[in-house]
Amino acid sequence: MTARTAYAKIWDAHVVAGDPRARALLYVDLHLVHEVTSPQAFQGLRAAGRTVRRPDLTLATMDHNVPTWERSRPTPDPVAQEQLRQLEENCREAGIPLLGLHHARQGIVHVIGPELGVTQPGMTVVCGDSHTATHGAFGALAFGIGTSEVEQVLATQCLWQAPAATLEVRIEGALPAGVTAKDIALGVIGRIGVGGGRGSVIEYTGPVVRALSMEGRMTLCNMTIEAGARAGLVSPDETTVRYLEGRPAVPGGADLARAAAAWLAVASDPGATFDRTETIDGTALVPYVTWGTTPAMVVPVTGHVPTLDAFPTEAGRRTAERALAYMDLAEGTPIEAITVDRVFIGSCTNSRLEDLRAAAEVVLGRRAHPRVRAMVVPGSQTVKREAEALGLDRIFRDAGFEWREAGCSMCLGMNPDVLLPGERCASTSNRNFEGRQGAGGRTHLVSPAMAAAAALHGHFVDVRELATTRLPEPPAARAGG
Amino acid sequence: MRPFTEHEGLVAVLPRDDVDTDQIIPKQFLSRTDRDGYGDACFFAWRLDEAGRPRPDFELNHPGFRGASVLVAGRNFGCGSSREHAAWALLDSGLRVVVAPSFGDIFTVNALQNGLLPVALPAEAVRTLVGRGERHDGYRLTVDLGRQEVRDGEGLRVGFTVDPFWRDCLLEGRDPVAMALHHAAAISAHEALRSPLLPVSTGLDT
Repeated sequence: MTARTAYAKIWDAHVVAGDPRARALLYVDLHLVHEVTSPQAFQGLRAAGRTVRRPDLTLATMDHNVPTWERSRPTPDPVAQEQLRQLEENCREAGIPLLGLHHARQGIVHVIGPELGVTQPGMTVVCGDSHTATHGAFGALAFGIGTSEVEQVLATQCLWQAPAATLEVRIEGALPAGVTAKDIALGVIGRIGVGGGRGSVIEYTGPVVRALSMEGRMTLCNMTIEAGARAGLVSPDETTVRYLEGRPAVPGGADLARAAAAWLAVASDPGATFDRTETIDGTALVPYVTWGTTPAMVVPVTGHVPTLDAFPTEAGRRTAERALAYMDLAEGTPIEAITVDRVFIGSCTNSRLEDLRAAAEVVLGRRAHPRVRAMVVPGSQTVKREAEALGLDRIFRDAGFEWREAGCSMCLGMNPDVLLPGERCASTSNRNFEGRQGAGGRTHLVSPAMAAAAALHGHFVDVRELATTRLPEPPAARAGG
Repeated sequence: MRPFTEHEGLVAVLPRDDVDTDQIIPKQFLSRTDRDGYGDACFFAWRLDEAGRPRPDFELNHPGFRGASVLVAGRNFGCGSSREHAAWALLDSGLRVVVAPSFGDIFTVNALQNGLLPVALPAEAVRTLVGRGERHDGYRLTVDLGRQEVRDGEGLRVGFTVDPFWRDCLLEGRDPVAMALHHAAAISAHEALRSPLLPVSTGLDT
């Protein structure tokens, strides 16, 4: 038997019909649903007289447009409220479990799946959301789909797919202190570009990836779409098994051992070949800050906003010029001289307990800069409870940060959490596109520790230069507890 | 599925790279639950200033592009968010074809599902089309899916390829869901063989 990649193994195990080398009907093991990209899919289903084939392999939550401040009153925007109402009705009608606005486990779709243990190695996972690759951290094939495909999966539990090319992104060496999974993601995108992964499934390999926690792997896989790739994954190992053990949807006893053996067998075989490999020296990675309007417009925190003559092509110069104008930045500005008005710690990229701890370790005993409005939005109600049990909420509140309810919040600003025109934000989210966090708002992507440091100083600072307090390790986190 | 065979129409050019779906349709229009009526939202922040006046520096505001149905754009068009609203908005603003050197993967599928044809051409050919389109003199293109060929009235003829699955769907107006349901027995057979250890989403609500 030839050595196969994890991607090839998952692909082969899910082909239901068609030609596996050209266009195959692929079975979907888990379909995650949220309020924004599903109403039209349910309408289409109804119009065609079709029903949901597998409500038991479908899980819904409310995350994109929900308010994070006040939940005792109805959602302020009547249009958003109608969207939430339709999701509730659609789930009730189809028998789809829904972690609604007031559910104890409500949260961002890509945070709650892993928390509940419904995301497991070897599975195919889809969602009407481009950051679905997050679930690839478990060695699952997970990718974002549009609303028409949401309808197809509801009706058939399958999707027509063409096989992807494979791209190995190998991170060698070890990560220096103060450098996080977010910095790996930004470093990779800076290197291969926002279209660098197009048509490919990325597998992240190498000692740096092996040493990452599951939270770190989720952050890394989450940003895969920003490199244009279809999906990103990490081969499962003991870290994966330890994370899953004891979670609500994970078997116990003798079944756990059998499941774990199947999970570990999904890992890419030694000697498996990829269509392409990019090797990155992990020891050379640093904390990064984006300066422009794509995640690939990124430089080290110790660096400068590039000068236009650094772009070899006319098209590149035009793009950079437009980005600088939108960001209101002069070429050559030192990154540490850029001041911020807002700080956002949250999103499916960086809103898990490990992210909030890393930010709290920077914040502990300090105060936010008086000009900065900083907010922390946990990824789920479960993360919120766990963080509060560790006293992280007190650390943030004492420093003048806002402590919110779970949701996507200011990552995309579909709820009232938005930047005002001209406001500049250090954000742990995934996209610095024009207007992403609010029309006219300016976004700089950073890690949670870097965002926290910017909140304290009112401008970007190198978190490696700051004294931080190590907080005690949390007790083994079990979302099922 | 809305069929597509051949289309001839006025060209508009947007020679920008990495046009993301947040620009094609900003988030404030995503709370709606309809599938159409997004034409006015298309390129909202690029098209209009804070007072709702057309921005003169936005390429597509040029009067010569009014009524265009073929958009020629830079590489990696439609990257970013999976929002199918981007395809709906482009269609609602009158477009049937987008020509670019490359496209975001999710956008490509969303466009095809709705009968909006993404045509990937070599960067050099796209540069030629941009140059001709920028003259604003009613430059038109014919996009022939059957022959997989783009033609203009000045003798230009460039081939392209569309995934055969989608080409057949578009040419014959086939419904991918119905095509999947045709394999219902194979789907059931796959389900019968799935491991009982695989998780389900029901019964977790403890």
